[in-house]
Amino acid sequence: MSERRRVVLVEGTAKYRIAVAVVALVVLAIAIAIPYVMPPFRVFQFTEVLMIAIAVLGLNLLTGYNGQISLGHSAFFALGAYTTTVLIIDHGWNYVLTLPLAFAVAFAAGFLVGIPALRLHGLYLALVTLSLAIVTPPLIKRFEGVTGGAMGRSVPKPGAPGWTGLAQDQWHYFVVLAITAVMVLIARNLVSGRIGRALRAVRDDGLAAETMGVDLAIFKTLTFAYSAGFAGVAGGIFAFVVGFVSPESFTLVLAIGFLSAMVVGGLSSISGAVFGSLFYVFVPVYAADVNDALSGVIYGVALIVVMFLMPAGVVGVLRRVRGLVVDVRKPGAHGPTVAPPVVGRDLSEAAGVPATSSSAEL
Amino acid sequence: MSLLEVADLQAGYGPVRVLEGLSFDVAEGQTAVILGANGAGKTTTLRALSGMVANKGRITFAGADITNATPDAIVRRGVAHVPQGRGTFVQQTVDENLRLGAYTRRDSGVRADTERMYALFPRLGERRGQAAGSLSGGEQQMLAIARALMLRPKLLLLDEPSLGLAPIVVQELFRTLVDLKKETGLTMLLVEQNANLALDVADQAYVLETGSIVFGGRADEVRADESVRRAYLGY
Amino acid sequence: MAHFVQQVLDGLASGAIYASLALALVLIFRSTHIVNFAQGEMAMFATFIAWQLFTWGVPVWAAIAATLVVAFLGGMAVERMVIRPVEGSSELTIVIVTLGLLLVFNQGAGWIWDFIIKQFPNPFPAHVFDVGGVRTTAHTAGVVAVLLLIVLGLWALFQHTKIGLAMRAAAENPESSRLVGIRVGRMMMLGWGLAAALGALAGCLVAPRLFLEPNMMFSVTIYAFAAATLGGFDSPGGAVLGGLIVGVTENLAGTYIPFIHQDLKILVPLLVIVAVLLVRPNGLFGHREVVRV
Repeated sequence: MSERRRVVLVEGTAKYRIAVAVVALVVLAIAIAIPYVMPPFRVFQFTEVLMIAIAVLGLNLLTGYNGQISLGHSAFFALGAYTTTVLIIDHGWNYVLTLPLAFAVAFAAGFLVGIPALRLHGLYLALVTLSLAIVTPPLIKRFEGVTGGAMGRSVPKPGAPGWTGLAQDQWHYFVVLAITAVMVLIARNLVSGRIGRALRAVRDDGLAAETMGVDLAIFKTLTFAYSAGFAGVAGGIFAFVVGFVSPESFTLVLAIGFLSAMVVGGLSSISGAVFGSLFYVFVPVYAADVNDALSGVIYGVALIVVMFLMPAGVVGVLRRVRGLVVDVRKPGAHGPTVAPPVVGRDLSEAAGVPATSSSAEL
Repeated sequence: MSLLEVADLQAGYGPVRVLEGLSFDVAEGQTAVILGANGAGKTTTLRALSGMVANKGRITFAGADITNATPDAIVRRGVAHVPQGRGTFVQQTVDENLRLGAYTRRDSGVRADTERMYALFPRLGERRGQAAGSLSGGEQQMLAIARALMLRPKLLLLDEPSLGLAPIVVQELFRTLVDLKKETGLTMLLVEQNANLALDVADQAYVLETGSIVFGGRADEVRADESVRRAYLGY
Repeated sequence: MAHFVQQVLDGLASGAIYASLALALVLIFRSTHIVNFAQGEMAMFATFIAWQLFTWGVPVWAAIAATLVVAFLGGMAVERMVIRPVEGSSELTIVIVTLGLLLVFNQGAGWIWDFIIKQFPNPFPAHVFDVGGVRTTAHTAGVVAVLLLIVLGLWALFQHTKIGLAMRAAAENPESSRLVGIRVGRMMMLGWGLAAALGALAGCLVAPRLFLEPNMMFSVTIYAFAAATLGGFDSPGGAVLGGLIVGVTENLAGTYIPFIHQDLKILVPLLVIVAVLLVRPNGLFGHREVVRV
């Protein structure tokens, strides 16, 4: 590494905190500005980005910390969506209030799946969850009393309250932005809490697994459950933001979308979830500008190309770029750390532990 | 006439450089041995010669430049490498292992050669239909050498053939190598930690330390050298 | 009783298809240690090519034969251009790449040929055999016969030819294979090529029954995965047996278990996969775990 002059930031110092705060404020400012400067359809797309980011955030917990690959989170997403749908239409609930319940239902399902998932690693789990994703649309059609079957159900989209002066798309955006912020806080707490510390200890030192025994099993299952819960919340949002649920909305393609968004964005990072979701929502959009039916092909090609060129995801690239200009160090260290925390809010940064590289241990 | 000439060979794995400019040669019909401690670069040397590791410098075999040639091209020129740890195909039978040794051959003498191998290594003949993984360590080493011989190589590379084998087995192994040398005039390059045995078998010896040859010459000269004796022969 | 035998027979027919695709999966796993999530979509894409040739006037069997060649070449190309560059990468990276391939082939087929169902010609005569109340079509018999031929052919290739031996060696120990002069990369390409051709054949055989459309192979893929899991991912014999078992089980469950009926038959492979992975992850005949080395 050359002795280029870089700005040195030591974690925990005032200078560092200010830098992080500035970045966070800039990001927040951009986020708030979006519904005011963009046309309604774009605002809707950004709302979608946030929604997907919540699901990807949950998946991140699973892969970055449990080291498990799930190809089945579309199932939990669907569970959340239909829970919200039923509560809004059949029981007249307020849309925001349905979300905790969507979370709970998906969480419970995730817990049930998480138990056997303990015994499966790597590709085995991918296979099982893949089957889960493929089975979801037929199951939805089977229970048509609740789900509306193949015809689907229309969900009334909430309008903006008069006192805000906002249009519907803008209101949706801010609501989802707020929910996303809440989910991010929950994620950070999980990661810096007992579960996160325990899982990181296991991930970084396999022997710890032996000594932790049963506790570990519960932690891992809980992590799976939480990741499912996040997907459920995202699903609930889908119901009232998109306004229509049907089996076609919850296919394997969606599950692949979540996983790919997570990897493209970069593992183990909150900003990664956002970047990945931007990729997932906008690449097909631009691809559709080229040729409508080709968008799926272009997305697939884009995935492959990203894996060739930047397997650590967008976040990986950003870290390297930032590393050219800024040197982030741990207090007391005399040289660069192994992998400085990422721009924005980093899950592991929150826990005060050095971020690991972006490849999942499987 | 040198069958193998190595000049200023540098090789390594990614950012880690192991060989820093190695130079030596092996005359035709001779047996050369490279001595060195663990980590000196002995295995890397052989792997560079058989094309398994990227390298810089110049490797000339039978007059042709084989620096950075592909492994299969080098095999076709007649270089057979018996890797460290045997490298047998454990799921295939003994017979299949031998046939694999002759993979690049186009002639019809393969069947006859396998019979010759069974004559040379009777225990292999007894187990010809068994999976190679079921053989003992010594038998697998025989198999690995037999497989290499199936190529009818001009040069045989052996990486630590004595590793992990009981002394009696090692004795038998080296006796076989000596017989091979006498009967076929095969050129051999051996890499060994067991300096004593190796020097008995060899005509020429080189000492490898941290990536380069520090000493070389006729085997009896090398054996007589004080520093070599102390470092590698234990007295 | 005749009804039961009928169901078993029908199950064997589906099972033969699953077995063929499972064989393709196993071939790829053995030669490159990759689980190819895109196998079914590649097969479907090839089937479309066959359909296109037929639509242009090529007789069915010639169209299928030509498609097999195209699929073979295509499989080799995919290995060389898409898989080889990411060979040493993490498991997750490779999963994403094969998922990307899945999307490319699935959406690509939809782009080129649209999502409307098409009729694929039956390569076998439209004959129905009736033996003591048990009916089976020539198509069913033909599919089972083709499967048998494939199994025999593969067995002959791998056990009795030099190149088959080289492929086995390359799959088992790439390093030693290079030392005896085998071009390992070429063996991997061959493995993918063969697997793609196998998948194409499976697709062409199942298309007359399932109707051709881009999502046609989604469910077959899951059944094939169940078959490979049951049999063991590195066991060709296991794949065949697994396929037949899954096929028969699926059909019997669909017929005799009211909850499942016809539309939830897809639960069967899911349950098979879960059960096998929890009880005996290596499958009936597998030797190694599906873990990257």
